[in-house]
Amino acid sequence: MSTIAITIISLCAIGIVSAVILYFVAQKFKVEEDPRIDIVEGLLPGANCGGCGYPGCRGLAEAAVKSDTLEGIMCPVGGAPTMSKVAAALGREASAQAPKIAVVRCNGNCENRPRTSIYDGARSCAIEHSLYAGDTACGYGCLGCGDCVAACQFDAIHLDPTTQLPSVDDDKCVACGACVKACPRNIIELRNKGIKDRRVFVCCVNKDKGAVARKACKAACIGCGKCAKECPFEAITVENNLAYIDFNKCRLCRKCVSACPTGAIHEVNFPPRKIETDAVKTNNESI
Amino acid sequence: MLKTFKIGGVHPPENKLSAGSKIQALPIPEQVIIPLSQHIGAPATPVVQKGDNVKVGQLIAGASGFVSANIHSSVSGTVVSIDNITDAAGLSKPAITIQVEGDEWIDDIDRSEKILNSNNLTKEEIIKAITAAGIVGMGGATFPTQVKLTPPPGSKAEFLIINGVECEPYLTSDHRVMLEKAEEVLIGVQLLMKAIGVQRAIIGIENNKPDAIEHLKQLASKTIGIEICPLKLKYPQGGEKQLIQATTGRTVPSGGLPIAVGAVVQNIGTALAVYEAVIKHKPLIERVVTVTGKSLARPGNYLCRLGTPISKLIEAAGGVPENTAKVIGGGPMMGRTIVNIDSPIMKGTSGILIISNKEAARKPVRECIRCGKCVSACPMGLEPYLLAKLSMFNLLERMEEEKVMDCIECGSCSFTCPSTRPLLDYIRLGKGRTGAMIRNRKK
Amino acid sequence: MNKLLISPSPHVHSGDSIEKNMYGVLIALIPAFICSAVFFGTGVFVVTLTSVVACLAFEFLIQKYLLKRQPTIFDGSALLTGVLLAFNMPSNLPVWIIVIGALVAIGIGKMSFGGLGCNIFNPALVGRVFLLISFPVQMTTWPRPLGFAGSYVDASTGATPLAILKEAVKSGTPISQIMSTEEIPGYREMVLGNMGGSLGEVAALALLVGFVYMLLRKIISWHIPVAIFATVFVFAGILHVCNPEQYASPIFHLLSGGLVLGAIFMATDYVTSPMSHKGMLIYGIGIGILTVVIRVFGAYPEGMSFAILIMNAFTPLINRYCKPVRFA
Repeated sequence: MSTIAITIISLCAIGIVSAVILYFVAQKFKVEEDPRIDIVEGLLPGANCGGCGYPGCRGLAEAAVKSDTLEGIMCPVGGAPTMSKVAAALGREASAQAPKIAVVRCNGNCENRPRTSIYDGARSCAIEHSLYAGDTACGYGCLGCGDCVAACQFDAIHLDPTTQLPSVDDDKCVACGACVKACPRNIIELRNKGIKDRRVFVCCVNKDKGAVARKACKAACIGCGKCAKECPFEAITVENNLAYIDFNKCRLCRKCVSACPTGAIHEVNFPPRKIETDAVKTNNESI
Repeated sequence: MLKTFKIGGVHPPENKLSAGSKIQALPIPEQVIIPLSQHIGAPATPVVQKGDNVKVGQLIAGASGFVSANIHSSVSGTVVSIDNITDAAGLSKPAITIQVEGDEWIDDIDRSEKILNSNNLTKEEIIKAITAAGIVGMGGATFPTQVKLTPPPGSKAEFLIINGVECEPYLTSDHRVMLEKAEEVLIGVQLLMKAIGVQRAIIGIENNKPDAIEHLKQLASKTIGIEICPLKLKYPQGGEKQLIQATTGRTVPSGGLPIAVGAVVQNIGTALAVYEAVIKHKPLIERVVTVTGKSLARPGNYLCRLGTPISKLIEAAGGVPENTAKVIGGGPMMGRTIVNIDSPIMKGTSGILIISNKEAARKPVRECIRCGKCVSACPMGLEPYLLAKLSMFNLLERMEEEKVMDCIECGSCSFTCPSTRPLLDYIRLGKGRTGAMIRNRKK
Repeated sequence: MNKLLISPSPHVHSGDSIEKNMYGVLIALIPAFICSAVFFGTGVFVVTLTSVVACLAFEFLIQKYLLKRQPTIFDGSALLTGVLLAFNMPSNLPVWIIVIGALVAIGIGKMSFGGLGCNIFNPALVGRVFLLISFPVQMTTWPRPLGFAGSYVDASTGATPLAILKEAVKSGTPISQIMSTEEIPGYREMVLGNMGGSLGEVAALALLVGFVYMLLRKIISWHIPVAIFATVFVFAGILHVCNPEQYASPIFHLLSGGLVLGAIFMATDYVTSPMSHKGMLIYGIGIGILTVVIRVFGAYPEGMSFAILIMNAFTPLINRYCKPVRFA
């Protein structure tokens, strides 16, 4: 019995002494920190995805507290609601930013872009990209090893089993940009999510001359410039044989989509087409 | 006891199928494609225009910058285009395409077979001739030779080491050159010694080439300062740092150049090219290429003009076999697979290797069993299993700590792995990223 | 022409595989198995077969139904665990205990960590130590080496030399007196394996033959076994020189118990031993010291299994701080 008593007493004594020491050490080595950092961190989603460009949510919180304006600081996961909460907590203006989404700009499925060789190295786009032009004749398109899939923390991007191309889940994507960084070919771009999730974009990144690009892939942008001529809002530029639609200027009229001879410009989440002019009208109205 | 390097190394099967076949000259093709970037450094700038007539040996693109090299026409004919072509890796690269008409050489080149020597050339004259001829490292690294011959200020070369190791399986071009062009090689070595101002040269040769060792020993006994060093068979003995350690016992420090221990390393093929450039005024327009593979009808060594399509070479060796799975530029350990076999032979192409589909495919990747065989095999004393893992998670700072930049990409780790893990694939990727990170930091 | 295959270098492979290494170790175990069969008779077959079948079965069931993976029972690793587990058991152990041992070895020792390549501890030793603690009587009741006369069921039992020594030292009998008794076999018997003990550990010479085979085939390197032998020899030697009446001679330590089996086959397990040669030497020295400490000062007569398991736990640390000799 006495053994048990001694054990309990001695253990308790050690515990108390340690606690006292710890308390004084913690007081002595205390790091003074702005308490607002903790508050801001609490408002953030806490996924620590790094999509904002800071090392985790705490990094963003520190930056937000330190800087005078919230300009350039954006949590892509929480989006505008989160940032307005952060702004309110810090008593500042939130910079308005349209919600974004990752867009895969390649349509080189097995039918459009036949395979010309077999890649047998480690399953990594980065390795395949550093080795050669890829297993098709297109030296710009998707390699299909799924580096973007591995990079996604939100289970929002998957390789489509039929096309072998990545497809983004609109509901899950938070536009953190991890896949954009992971893609060695810069195929994925963060674009405005668009009204009712409607988007128009050039689904190709091939910078080869028209004939070469077309030979490699039926759905390639050949840089003909028809879309740029057609666009009423000057949103389309053609550079290095490749068209690009500026999503800030685009008003989703879809004229370019019909103009493209190779079908390289894609429209998503639009209702089935009625009459051309009608669509333009409604879109213009909605903006 | 033969000399060799101290740690690691593997013994891949040698398969020197073409060791016994003499160098044959390949007929000139109808058209050659001469890429503007056949060396490490800035691509050369074209000095001819579309439609120009060129002769063999005429300068068609000039070096642009210190680390760059001149490029000469390897044929006579008309320039049909200066435009992007598809290279061996399927990428677009600028090149000059020449339609062949006859075989007319420029007048300065001495085309006689007679072996000449000249003792009254100065160091500067030799380096100038080498620069003009556009000579690069012929072993595959393709580093412009004149840069290597001009050591950075404050360092002094003590010896020249000639790489006659040819440790890659299958390849035999250096072996044949040592047998058939030994005298020329030795004169080239003497010229190189003079160019860097050293009294001693060591030619390292692995002992699987006893005939070459014997032959060169006999000839070298007549010269002063050249010694032949037979080496124990072990891959990757042809690695610069490994070769210096094997022949001289000196160890190049981590991140250092060979000149840090007073050594300059040149390849056998480079020595031959130096002889031809300095004595015969012949620029680098042709080279010996081994075309080999177990499935090929006539594996052999061919002297071919630069810019010859690879397919022409394979045709000469009996055509592409039906069951071909891989065409490799270089040897099986470090060579690069070729996707476009109509791409041209370049200055650094030492061999073309055909691998049939029986041997080609990689085995499925299994879990690492931590056997440590990669660690024992690594000639640089690194831990490939760890580096590959770190690379997968993109932990570049840890990779730098673990000395990934010392990796020579020899492939001993992947070669030896019982779980057939693609170790080098990941390490190479991580090494590239770590290197970029270090360069960014310096900026 | 068909589509060309593209991959990064190297384009050749040594042809080495997990199977080649695992089956290589099994081949190296054959001489010891034969010796054991000669000394202990049919029990050897019963125990080994039970252990192997149980290990393979558990591996298959766990991979297929718990982890939902493609079973890999033919890679030889579970087979090897089964054989090594059997080698660490007395040849008259009841079947149900063997099955429990196999379940612990494969289930807890290997699969709970994620399967081959992920385990921290040597699975066979985890099984063995579990049994030793749970069933101390059965696990330390050793059959006498009676040759084929001894059958599985009613073998007459005796103790191992180490156990006899431990008891004697505890009761204060001087070593020279114990050594001269009939109970302790001579060195010649110990080298050949004609003594009591686990079925695979007795025949030192046969195990050494296996060691040489594995060295020739480059399955393992010499570092770990040699470090263990040397450390045990030196450490036990120092103790013996200090007081020969209390501490047995180093040769006795080397030849008795599971030291040779452990040093050659258990400590050199790929997954649980360090990667670099320097690390292997440190690991071997650690095992050697711990073995002698446990044998001489601890409660158990035999310390090899515990020593290896303790050093297994240090392997990640050794890997972290013991870098291979760099080129420069």
